[in-house]
Amino acid sequence: MEFKGKKVIAIGERDGVQGPAIAEVVRSAGAEVLIEQTQCFV
Amino acid sequence: MTSSSQSNGQGAPVIKGVAYCLAHVPDLVRLGSKPSRDIPIDPSVLDLIHRHQRAFDDAVAYPPHQVFIGNLRPDDLKDTPKPWYENPTKGAARTGPYGEIMPQAEFYGWMKVSDQFDLMWLEECFLEEARTAMSSHALVTSEDLDNLGKATPIAEIEKAISEEEALPLYMDKTRLVGCLRRGHEEDKSLVPDFLIENLCAKASAVLALRHLLGTVTETPAENIDYLLGCGEEAIGDRYNRGGGNLAKAVGEMSGCLNATGSDVKAFCCAPNHAIIVGGALIKSGVFENVAVVGGGSFAKLGMKYRGHVTNEMPVLEDVLASIAVLMGPDDGQNPHVRLDMIGKHDISSGASNQAITQAVVVDPLNQHGLKITDIDRFATELHNPEITEPQGSGNTPRTNYRMLGGMAVMANEIDASGLEQFVEDHGMLGFSPTQGHIASAVPFLGHARDMIMSGEISRAMFYAKGSLFLGRMTQLADGISFMLEGNHDS
Repeated sequence: MEFKGKKVIAIGERDGVQGPAIAEVVRSAGAEVLIEQTQCFV
Repeated sequence: MTSSSQSNGQGAPVIKGVAYCLAHVPDLVRLGSKPSRDIPIDPSVLDLIHRHQRAFDDAVAYPPHQVFIGNLRPDDLKDTPKPWYENPTKGAARTGPYGEIMPQAEFYGWMKVSDQFDLMWLEECFLEEARTAMSSHALVTSEDLDNLGKATPIAEIEKAISEEEALPLYMDKTRLVGCLRRGHEEDKSLVPDFLIENLCAKASAVLALRHLLGTVTETPAENIDYLLGCGEEAIGDRYNRGGGNLAKAVGEMSGCLNATGSDVKAFCCAPNHAIIVGGALIKSGVFENVAVVGGGSFAKLGMKYRGHVTNEMPVLEDVLASIAVLMGPDDGQNPHVRLDMIGKHDISSGASNQAITQAVVVDPLNQHGLKITDIDRFATELHNPEITEPQGSGNTPRTNYRMLGGMAVMANEIDASGLEQFVEDHGMLGFSPTQGHIASAVPFLGHARDMIMSGEISRAMFYAKGSLFLGRMTQLADGISFMLEGNHDS
């Protein structure tokens, strides 16, 4: 998937991949992160 | 490798007993946070929840509940066919070595007894039913029965609901039996929605503490010096929202006349923090006998009801879970809480699950010359997967055990092909209600204590996580661990 120039909402999960980690990855791929958040789904 | 860690444990505080209770409250599910937001939008949701309501006998015979109160070990679930809600435990009992599963009518009575401010009104017929049900309970006193007080005419209850925003209390889905009123005309911290949370937490914690001191151990309540609350409620008025110290209110109703207390707030890992703080108070000589108490989380009732009704399952989040832990100085018998090897997630530790596991589990072990595989059993987020998976929330314990196994692979302690065996040998199936703090490692504490004392295992590590980011004050999570180890004087 091409992330360059894309806008991303990064919603992570505490016991999986957390929001800041997702945001960091897509930023490094050239995306703009609009919202980064971690949720607890249990 | 292990000798140094054994010697360091001498003189450490011990776990003298652990109590666990469940209050089965299917008619409070509609008032839980998620259902109470959904029902006004779509009133048919209430009917959906009613059609999937679970009976008390089914809640008692539910195998994970039998594990919770100690009639089964967690590993017994491996031999129990799924779905567990269709494979009840034969001969299941309401009581177990760690506590009990209480039916709703009785629990309403315990809530009423716990209410010192006339917040809860019950109508006459039901009040007598509750009184009758409570009167045969071994832990109920004549003072409790007196404190049930007088009934309120049903017309006044209906008026309070329609004109004063009181919350209705039902039995059998539609039978109105009472209400929970606001505590102040203007105070948004004393609205019925918060007060019912707090009253549920208090009443369920009292049940657990009374079991701890009355059935699980024979420790006189007067001997307790300090109480540490670890629940998820926020007690207080408009000037002190979250002011706390529910612990002392719980102690007051449990005969702990010589105790004071305070609450530890740390989201789901508060019980672990409280056990460590309690152990430190004992080790330092400040207090001798400390009880950690945590009531149930009312808001989480029915949180994942959608997943359950969609899959034609009973709504399984219909119980309030509570715990009480008795800690004391080294007695040469009970298992030690190793205060010298606490694992903690520092602010600088990093946010990933791997970073948390490294900081909370691997680092403290390595610092004491121990490997991950030296720990017989790890207790992590012990959420019952049968509750979480239908909603798409995954199998939380399994995810965490696989992460831990992965760390063992990276440390060359096990081969990658041995990952599943590691999970099998050092983990366990999730059996806890999804009550947040009471799913986070501490449900295994009673089992671990007994398994260590019987020689079945030597060590168990409890690592819990807290979702601090949910409060919108930080993006951080939290995590903290302690190790329970056999008392080598015993």
